[in-house]
Amino acid sequence: MNPVVSEHDAQKLSYGKYAFGFVASVLLTIAAYLLATQNTHSKTVIGLTLAGLALVQFVVQLVFFLHVGEERKPRWRQLTMVLMVFFAVVVVLGSIWIMYNLNYRMSPSQMNQYMQEQINSGL
Amino acid sequence: MSEVTTTLDLRRVEAEATSKTTLGFWTYLMTDCVLFAALFAVYAVQHGNTFGGPDGYELFKLPYVLVETLVLLISSFTCGLALLALQKRDKTMVLTWLAVTFVLGAVFLGMELSEFHAMAAEGNSWRRSGFLSSYFTLVGTHGLHITIGLIWMAVAGTLAWKKGLTASIHKRLTLLGMFWHFLDVVWIFIFTVVYLFGSLHL
Repeated sequence: MNPVVSEHDAQKLSYGKYAFGFVASVLLTIAAYLLATQNTHSKTVIGLTLAGLALVQFVVQLVFFLHVGEERKPRWRQLTMVLMVFFAVVVVLGSIWIMYNLNYRMSPSQMNQYMQEQINSGL
Repeated sequence: MSEVTTTLDLRRVEAEATSKTTLGFWTYLMTDCVLFAALFAVYAVQHGNTFGGPDGYELFKLPYVLVETLVLLISSFTCGLALLALQKRDKTMVLTWLAVTFVLGAVFLGMELSEFHAMAAEGNSWRRSGFLSSYFTLVGTHGLHITIGLIWMAVAGTLAWKKGLTASIHKRLTLLGMFWHFLDVVWIFIFTVVYLFGSLHL
């Protein structure tokens, strides 16, 4: 009894890739954890390294679990991903920028001085 | 001779349909990424607004979170093993690995809910501060995705058990695999930005 199964996308899954991706992810996770709990470096260094480790694990899981990058042309998966990253970057950086700016302009201690500046400049 | 041609044509049509579905689902996952990016943006803006309440450093227990993270990571791996078994048309192993993935996912969810409950019981619910509002929304949305993934897994697993590895079930399990891997990818960033950065006062 042979069940009908479609040939899916010609993606040959291999055990080796999953195993490597898994081991690499575990190591990266534990490295990040140890770095965060040891407190041996300055905050900036730790912060940047943690961000770096996260990005590396992100790429590892994308490639070895989600098989990004294996597609033949046309590369729709990669294209949609690039577009998504663009939107995400705009949303995140834009929000942080705008909210920081608003917070600065509307903080109470600045209000009176700001209003005075506005009056002085003839508004 | 014509029968062979027909079978090959059917397979090609099925393959095209599957790859279209896969791409469609991938596009959905990309929009989900933008959703999470927006929630991360809110968290980035709000994470310092503790309103006199506790911050991440006081609330988060890193060893516990590490175990949570590894559990989810292992479940992502076992999900991959289920997809490998699917490729080999090994029904028993597909169901086995799917069950293991489900159990690990449920353990993760249980740990997360227990964490939420403990925080809420102390008064540190989403109502406490802007920081906690954004924390519960971001991590809670991920948890909601996990819950839906578990329901999906139970349904798909039962279907596969009852009907065997048909083309339709093959497609569904492939999409479920993509979904589950995607949730672990999002968790990488939650683990780093929320828990690790939080514990470092970053």
